[in-house]
Amino acid sequence: MVLVFVPYLAAAVFVAAVVIRWVKIARLPVHLRWELYPVAHERNSAYGGSFFERLDWWKHHPPTSRMGELKVMVPEMLLLTGVHEHDRALWFRSYPFHLGLYLLAGFIGLLLAGAIAQTFGARIEAGWLPTTTTVVGVAGLVLLAAGSLGLLLRRLASPALRAHSAAADFANLIFFFTAAVLGLVTFATVDRDFASLRLFVRALVTFQPAGEMPALVAIEIVVVSALAAYIPLTHMSHFFTKWFMYHDVRWNDEVNQVGSKLEAAIGRQLGHKVDWSAPHIRGDGKKTWVDVATERVSDSGLRPVELDAGDGKNPPRVLSQKEIGKP
Amino acid sequence: MTTAVPFANVGRPSERLGTLEEKHRIPLPPPYDKDEEPPLPQLSAQVRAACECSLDDTVAVSLPRPASPEAEEALVKSFLAGLDKLFSEANNWTFLEPLVLSIEHCAKCQTCAEACHIFVESGRNELYRPTFRSEILRRLYFKHKSGGSLVSRFQHGDIDINWTTIARLLELAYRCNLCRRCAQTCPIGVDNGLLAHEIRKLFSMELGIAPKEIHEKGSLLQLRVGSSTGMSPAAVKDNIDFIDQDMSEKTGIPVKTRWDVAGADVLLMHNAGEILAWPENPGAFALILDAAGISWTLSSELVGYDAINYGLWYDDAQFARVAVKHAQIARKLGVKKLVIGECGHAHKSMMVIADRVLTGELNIPRESSMTLLDDIVASGKLKLDPTRNDFPVTLHDPCNVVRLMGVVEPQRRILRQIAPRFREMTPHGVDNYCCGGGSGFAIMSGHNFADWRMRVASRRKFRQILEAFADDLDPKHPKYVCAPCSNCKGAIRDILKRYRAWERVGIHYGGLAELIVNAMADVKPGFINFSEL
Ligand code: SF4
Ligand code: SF4
Repeated sequence: MVLVFVPYLAAAVFVAAVVIRWVKIARLPVHLRWELYPVAHERNSAYGGSFFERLDWWKHHPPTSRMGELKVMVPEMLLLTGVHEHDRALWFRSYPFHLGLYLLAGFIGLLLAGAIAQTFGARIEAGWLPTTTTVVGVAGLVLLAAGSLGLLLRRLASPALRAHSAAADFANLIFFFTAAVLGLVTFATVDRDFASLRLFVRALVTFQPAGEMPALVAIEIVVVSALAAYIPLTHMSHFFTKWFMYHDVRWNDEVNQVGSKLEAAIGRQLGHKVDWSAPHIRGDGKKTWVDVATERVSDSGLRPVELDAGDGKNPPRVLSQKEIGKP
Repeated sequence: MTTAVPFANVGRPSERLGTLEEKHRIPLPPPYDKDEEPPLPQLSAQVRAACECSLDDTVAVSLPRPASPEAEEALVKSFLAGLDKLFSEANNWTFLEPLVLSIEHCAKCQTCAEACHIFVESGRNELYRPTFRSEILRRLYFKHKSGGSLVSRFQHGDIDINWTTIARLLELAYRCNLCRRCAQTCPIGVDNGLLAHEIRKLFSMELGIAPKEIHEKGSLLQLRVGSSTGMSPAAVKDNIDFIDQDMSEKTGIPVKTRWDVAGADVLLMHNAGEILAWPENPGAFALILDAAGISWTLSSELVGYDAINYGLWYDDAQFARVAVKHAQIARKLGVKKLVIGECGHAHKSMMVIADRVLTGELNIPRESSMTLLDDIVASGKLKLDPTRNDFPVTLHDPCNVVRLMGVVEPQRRILRQIAPRFREMTPHGVDNYCCGGGSGFAIMSGHNFADWRMRVASRRKFRQILEAFADDLDPKHPKYVCAPCSNCKGAIRDILKRYRAWERVGIHYGGLAELIVNAMADVKPGFINFSEL
């Protein structure tokens, strides 16, 4: 019976970890622009051009194309085009690994779909679903095992990669490899056609106690659940944080327009108190960013003076030593 | 490839953590392939004793060694306080999201390494691997944050939190051009250039430590006396007067720069270094804008006659101060737009980064001179004779203008119209390589740093230039590297000089505006005069 709770617990940890991380990132403040071209939604993204190429660019609405983003993001996610382009040797290991994971996610989806269909009385035994589920599951396990082993060997073989790896970087790959091999062994020995697993998933969706099952299947369920819960707790959360990296940073070229929401957010943030301690800032938690940006710099460090109002009454000049006094 | 450097060694005192090994380096193309590279001049024993330089063979910051273990301890404490501030919204809202994303998600796959010209041209020296400094920062951060817990060390690895580590990290932040070519190749979106930038900021904004060329003699000097060149308003006016006279004589067209014209259509801002080092560039701009009938002006107000904003490379406070000053000046003059001359980092500073600093009436329209020149050339307002530029021309893409701003085509459209023998470098556009002078390197020359820069950071650009002109390396046939950026021009000047490229292969360099003037039919022929070189 306890076993039925394990996947639920894992799913809860998975969802909670994703949501917490997502919210944490989404709530980070608006940052200065830091885009990197090509920006996929730009009209001239084929060669990396931006709206700045146009004379008086501010008079034209920045041309954006969500399709352009999809055209880059979808192949990037499905085929790992970036790795393919920049590190082919890695791609031959990384792609099977990722494809294996995608297929296994699909496998779980198919198992759940089958179990739900059966719960509603559908007779799926003779249809395409069980065979497809088996093929997808086995293919996913084989690819994941091959990919994780390839990545592990690569990491071990290269002195530079080894030096840059923390213990977890090896352990994570071993974790994936173990889960995949365990799945294959279970399939090949005690759970032909994933019959026990199907029964378990059915129990899962109907909240019934799982019946008797081979020990290997039970171990596999625990290992895979633990792995699923673990992924979003680590840097492997990049499976969804990549969205922020691309959308919020690399492709974020939103222009700050007078009166816009963006400007209001910037205005609020410019009011934050600074406590950087360097002599040319001396924030002390009292000055705001506006104070820092508008104070006058003198020979001996800083001397806050009134902001030049732009009316010529307080023109900038070099302060004399007497005016500056001691720092 | 040199041997890997274990992170356990980073915090262990030693004379240096690594060294440049000639034997691993890729030879330059002909005719330099047979040249024996003289060894990098070594830092003297006095410098080694006095400065923090235990990273490699050179030193960028020349930070005096702390006098006592207590002083070291105090610096470590300050660094850690700075680290906390770097991850706080109040102190670093400016880059917090990109920083957090890059710190937390690196898969350590090393795809980015081969994109970095510094890493590859150093003979793949492990110290210059894009992730090396990032990984030190990452380990310091997680260890500090978790109090060194076992789980954190398992997950993120370990590093000694001591002055040796921190002093090496400081130098490492200045072995990166911030060109962000590595970031383009990261499949996840991690940005090692950004992390180098953030390390620089931590040192500058918390400890007041930065190379003097970019801080004391750079942005602080600019804010105090008006320009990092030290030119006062009177001096800049004198110099421009002289340039106007010289241009008028050379071209046969009277040139007269107008200062502080309220309500002009264009306020042009040059990197003031141009006025001293390449006066023909501001001169060419003056002539072109006049010939195109544009109402334009220069500002003689402090800071207004120098477009530089070195804060971009190392300090958000210095950055904001200069950006605000530039915007105030434009607003006060009531110009329709501020146009940035041929200076890459000034482009990115004012047009991209400052965009989320300048609010309300300070948010004045800002434009690239590449776009304006493109429009002028395309408009037919200038009578152009491209045959006057009948020599091979290649184009260097300043990272700040191209990869980091997406201004790619305007300068190319111009060259296709005025330079019949224009050819691209490989790669080019947004995939270009940095000139090696990026992020302040072009103006940093303490001890043997300029030597290191030319030997490592600028080597890829020199290779690309040679390859672009490989069809004719005869020194009697002049060739021109068009580099529309002051810092890039400085770096390219230095590397061409170091390899005597004019004498040996006939390669010279210059800006874009000069090429346009050289093609103007009304101008006396020979504005670019190779025989005078
Ligand atoms: S920065 Fe990106 S490419 Fe480089 S090691 Fe990290 S994940 Fe890989
Ligand atoms: S930003 Fe440029 S110089 Fe710095 S590590 Fe990346 S590729 Fe190398």
